[in-house]
Amino acid sequence: MAQQTVLYAKHLEAGAKVVDFNGWDMPLHYGSQIEEHHAVRQDAGMFDVSHMTIVDLKGTRTREFLRFLLANDVAKLTVPGKALYSGMLNEAGGVIDDLIVYFLTEDFFRLVVNSATREKDLAWINVQAKAFDVSVTERPEFAMIAVQGPNAKAKVATILTAEQQAAVAGMKPFFGVQAGDLFIATTGYTGEDGYEISVPEAQAADFWQQLLDAGVKPAGLGARDTLRLEAGMNLYGQDMDETVSPLAANMGWTIAWEPSDRNFIGRAVLEQQKAAGTDKLVGLVMEQKGVLRHGQRVVVDGGEGEITSGTFSPTLGYSIAMARVPASTGDSAEVDIRGKLVPVKVVKPSFVRMGKKVV
Amino acid sequence: MSNIPTELKYASSHEWLRSEGNGVYTVGITEHAQDLLGDMVFVELPEVGDSVAQGDDVAVAESVKAASDIYAPIAGEILEVNEALTDSPELVNSAPYTDGWMFKIKASDEAEVAGLLDAAGYKNAIDEE
Repeated sequence: MAQQTVLYAKHLEAGAKVVDFNGWDMPLHYGSQIEEHHAVRQDAGMFDVSHMTIVDLKGTRTREFLRFLLANDVAKLTVPGKALYSGMLNEAGGVIDDLIVYFLTEDFFRLVVNSATREKDLAWINVQAKAFDVSVTERPEFAMIAVQGPNAKAKVATILTAEQQAAVAGMKPFFGVQAGDLFIATTGYTGEDGYEISVPEAQAADFWQQLLDAGVKPAGLGARDTLRLEAGMNLYGQDMDETVSPLAANMGWTIAWEPSDRNFIGRAVLEQQKAAGTDKLVGLVMEQKGVLRHGQRVVVDGGEGEITSGTFSPTLGYSIAMARVPASTGDSAEVDIRGKLVPVKVVKPSFVRMGKKVV
Repeated sequence: MSNIPTELKYASSHEWLRSEGNGVYTVGITEHAQDLLGDMVFVELPEVGDSVAQGDDVAVAESVKAASDIYAPIAGEILEVNEALTDSPELVNSAPYTDGWMFKIKASDEAEVAGLLDAAGYKNAIDEE
């Protein structure tokens, strides 16, 4: 039996087409994936992301533990509430998961990890935490709703209390704050402004309804995927996994090499890989008809690669993709689409940000 | 619960066929098929004048989800294609049996039409999927 989030009934009420997503019954769309995509780019949409896993870490050595556990360096988090994106690597430098870590107080950090990797993440974190006396507590009693789009914050504001409005006023990107019963963060997976809001399960359906009444459109996993791909954000399990180095997954920027004496899991292998060179994750753009898809072969000068994520970009009106290709790849390539080699442009893997084309 | 008009014939590969008289038939994909595929983003249509055999892949419907071949439900010559789909592929989603039609074909053997499914037969076929 697939698991259902506390918002399942609200999805059915809104006419969701439900699909299995890593053991969860989740909305794929509520009628039109493309309309939901545009709602997020142009106005405000919301996603049920309650299947994601919140993990609280507590203990006086939590910061020291995270500096060992993560490839990015939580020493960068100096202001309470500040968040950081990081890979969590294994000893071989492969990506166990990508996650967001929030610094709340010196003895309390919060992680938000993927649902598909929940079990292995928790097992890994628990094993590594022992040496640091850090307690690891999952928080399944929270639902999570991502409200995204240029009008997302204004629409959320209409349903917050005065205290909550004050708590989020002027909050910069990549921060989180506990505001009454809500944990409100300026994070997201769409390349738009907005919040990711953790709400106690008992209040989640009402909160969702209030957002609906405020004019926020429900959006499903389909739109979530096209939005994140336009924004050039990786999807775990597709663009990278335990067999892939973050250096080959456009995650080099998330590896904090300095200070050089900080030991983190995977560091030794990453240093060798960096010296030897790795494949790279690039963006592809195909302006002619057709759609680039996951798994298609990419032919470049002197080698071959593969599309890790591909889609039709509703914002741009043509197809875009991310592909892992040899480091020598230049600014053009060909993609094998059902036996035909089709020319594509090679770009940085970021296509749309804040509603604007960036390719 | 999908809409399956009784006046049409169907292929188990989810195309529908409507008789226009004189051996000419209009072809599209069913409401059930468009629902499985999701929002359509491109439709690649056959060339007018092409001669096709029954079961040939003659068109491609590309949705947000997948590229799907469309098969000729009967043999014949392509007389006309729905040019409106070039700019508005979403017609396949919004009006699969009317404005979202794909091509018209002149049957080379009308006996093939009798071998296709009727609405009840198609309903049984998709209920078994």
